[in-house]
Amino acid sequence: MSVSAEARARAGAYLTLTASTVLGLLATTALADEASLPYGRLAVPEEIAAWNTDVRPDGQGLPPGSASAADGEDLFMERCSTCHGEFGEGVDRWPVLMGGFDTLTDDRPEKTVGSYWPYASTVWDYIHRAMPFGEAQSLSNDEVYAAALYVLYLNDIVELDAVYDQDSFAAIEMPNKDGFFMPDPRPDTPMDEPCMSDCKVPTEIVGKARILDVTPDQEGEGSLD
Amino acid sequence: MAGDPKSDAALGRRGFLKSAGIMAGTAAASAAGARSTLAADGDAAITELKDWNQYLGFGVDAQGYGVPSSFEEDTIRRWVPWLTASPESSVNFSPLYDLSGFVTPNGLHFERHHGGVAEIDPAEHRLMIHGMVDKELVFTMDDIRRMPSESHFYFTECAANSGMEWRGAQLNSCQFTYGMVSTAQWTGVPLKWLLEYAGIRDGAKWILAEGADAAGMTRTIPIEKARDDVLVAFAQNGEAIRPEQGYPLRLVVPGFEGNMSIKWLRRIELGDAPWMTREETSKYTDLLEDGRARMFTWVQEAKSVITTPCPERPVNGPGMYKIQGLAWTGHGRIERVDVSTDGGRNWQTARLHEPVLPKCMTRFEIPWDHRGGDALLVSRAMDETGYVQPTMAELQSVRGVNSIYHNNAMQTWLVNPSGEVENVRLG
Repeated sequence: MSVSAEARARAGAYLTLTASTVLGLLATTALADEASLPYGRLAVPEEIAAWNTDVRPDGQGLPPGSASAADGEDLFMERCSTCHGEFGEGVDRWPVLMGGFDTLTDDRPEKTVGSYWPYASTVWDYIHRAMPFGEAQSLSNDEVYAAALYVLYLNDIVELDAVYDQDSFAAIEMPNKDGFFMPDPRPDTPMDEPCMSDCKVPTEIVGKARILDVTPDQEGEGSLD
Repeated sequence: MAGDPKSDAALGRRGFLKSAGIMAGTAAASAAGARSTLAADGDAAITELKDWNQYLGFGVDAQGYGVPSSFEEDTIRRWVPWLTASPESSVNFSPLYDLSGFVTPNGLHFERHHGGVAEIDPAEHRLMIHGMVDKELVFTMDDIRRMPSESHFYFTECAANSGMEWRGAQLNSCQFTYGMVSTAQWTGVPLKWLLEYAGIRDGAKWILAEGADAAGMTRTIPIEKARDDVLVAFAQNGEAIRPEQGYPLRLVVPGFEGNMSIKWLRRIELGDAPWMTREETSKYTDLLEDGRARMFTWVQEAKSVITTPCPERPVNGPGMYKIQGLAWTGHGRIERVDVSTDGGRNWQTARLHEPVLPKCMTRFEIPWDHRGGDALLVSRAMDETGYVQPTMAELQSVRGVNSIYHNNAMQTWLVNPSGEVENVRLG
C-alpha cells in the first residue's frame, strides 16, 4: 500500500490508495476526456477522501493520529455516557459496551465490545461514522482514537495511559477475535421429503404468547429480557 | 325500510349527519356476524337508500395523492416501544394479515432504521464508485435515471424477523412476529452494469455499500452477488422510493438479509477483503451454543406464515374459511406450501397464487371447513432447491436459542373454541 502524501495534505484527510489505484487514476486521467463519459464523471481525490473513511481490520483506512484512553475519559463522560453509562454499562436499552466476558455460552449471553466484537478497527470505524448518536461525524480523528481507546480500556484491553497511533491501534487484538467463523454452513436442518399424514410430531402446547403479556396493545408493558 | 327518496333528498343535511350512526351500526353488525342480524324485511344494506347512492362524492381535485379508505385506518405499521432504545434506531412491522396478493403497498412496507429516516434532496445526492475499479466515478440522480434499468419483484426481510420467538411463543401477534418482511417491485440499474461501466479490477472480491443516513450504514457484499442480481433502485412499486425505504436511491440485494440492501445509497467501494463493519460483526452474526458465531450468513431461507386466521384476525364460529398466508425463499422460487390444522399430524398442499417469482413473496391459500373446537394451524414451505422449512426444535438443535437472526421455523396458531387465535409453541 502506498499513500499519496500530496493528496492527503491537500484534502486534509487520509486517502487510501493502493499503488495500482494510483496508476489506474493516472491512466484514466490521461485518457481523460471526461466529456466522453456517457454517464457520470471521474471523481476527484478530494471527493474520494471526504467519503472514503471506512477502516478495515488490516488497518487500511485508519488515518494518522494518536491518543490514549485517558484522553478519552472526559469525552466519554460528556458525549457517550448519557446512553452508554459512565462505565459502559448501558442506560435503559442503549447498548452495553463493557464486560460480559465468558458469557457467550451462558443462557443469557452479554455481547459487548469487550466480549463479542472481533476487531478494534470496527470500533474506530463505527464511532467515527455514527457516534455520538444524533451527532454523527462530529468527532475529530484524534477524538475518535481517544473514544475508541477509552471503550477498549473499559474492557481491560488497553492501559489507561498507553498511547496508540494508527499502526499500533491496528495491531490491537480483541478477546473474541477467534469467535466467528464462515462460510455459512446452512442448510443445517433436515431436507427429507416431509411427512404428509399421521406424522409423529409433538402437538402438546408448551407455551402461549398471551401468558407472557408483552404484546403492545395488551395490558402488559413487558420486556423479553 | 327504504325511505322516500324525495323526502330524504330534502333532508340532505340530516342525511349527512345520519351517516355517522349508520357507520356505527354497520360495524356492530359485522362484529356480531351478519347472519344473525338479518331483519324480517331484509338487509338494510340493501333495502335502505345510502348517502353514497344519492349524493355527489368528492371531485377529482380533492386529493392529488390518494390515500386508503377511512374504513381501513386500522391497516397500519406498528412498532414495539420496549424493544429498542429509541424510535430512530428501531423497527416497525407490516400488517401482513390485511394484505392481498404479494405486493406490499409502499406505505405499509416495514421500516428498519439505525439513525432515523434521512430526508435527502435528490439534487444533492451523489453515488460514488471507487476503489478497485478502472475509473473512480461520481453520478447524479439524473445520470442514474438515464442508465439502462430493470424492474423486479423481490421480498425484503429483516434477518431478525421472528427473532423474539427463539425461546418460545413471545408476541401474540402476526404483525409483530412476522411483519419484518415486505415485497415491492423495484426499478433500478443493475449493479453489475454499473460495476462493468466503472471497470472491475483484478483482485476485487468484495464491495462495500454505504448509506448517506446518520448511521452511515455500511455492509460488505461479495462480488459474486454484486455481479448477479443486485439492483441500484430508484423506484418502488412504480413511484419514487419512499423516504423510509431509502429515497432517492437504495441497494436491493435479493434474497439476502434486509440489512444488506443499503438505503440512501451514496457509495460503493471495491476491495480485496471484507470490511467487517459493525453490522456484520457485532450484529447480524448468529451466536451458537458453543459461544462461537456464524458470520456472513446472508441468505433468508424458506419461510412461511399463515396470515389469516391469526391473533389479529380471529374466526367467528364454525363454518367455511380460507386459510391463507405468505411464503418466500432467498434461494429462488417457492415450490410448495403445505397446511395443517392439527398441529402438523396431517397436511394438505395449498394452492399458490400466480405468478410464483424467484426471491419474491408467494401467496398460498386453502379452504378450511372449521368444525369448531380447537385447531392448530401450521404452514410449511418448500423451495425449488428442495429446502424444507424447519420446525423450531430442528433449528434449536443446531443453533441453540441465542442466535437471534434467521429464525425461519414453522409457526403454530391455536384457534380456540371461542374463535380467538393465539401464538403457541408446540413441544
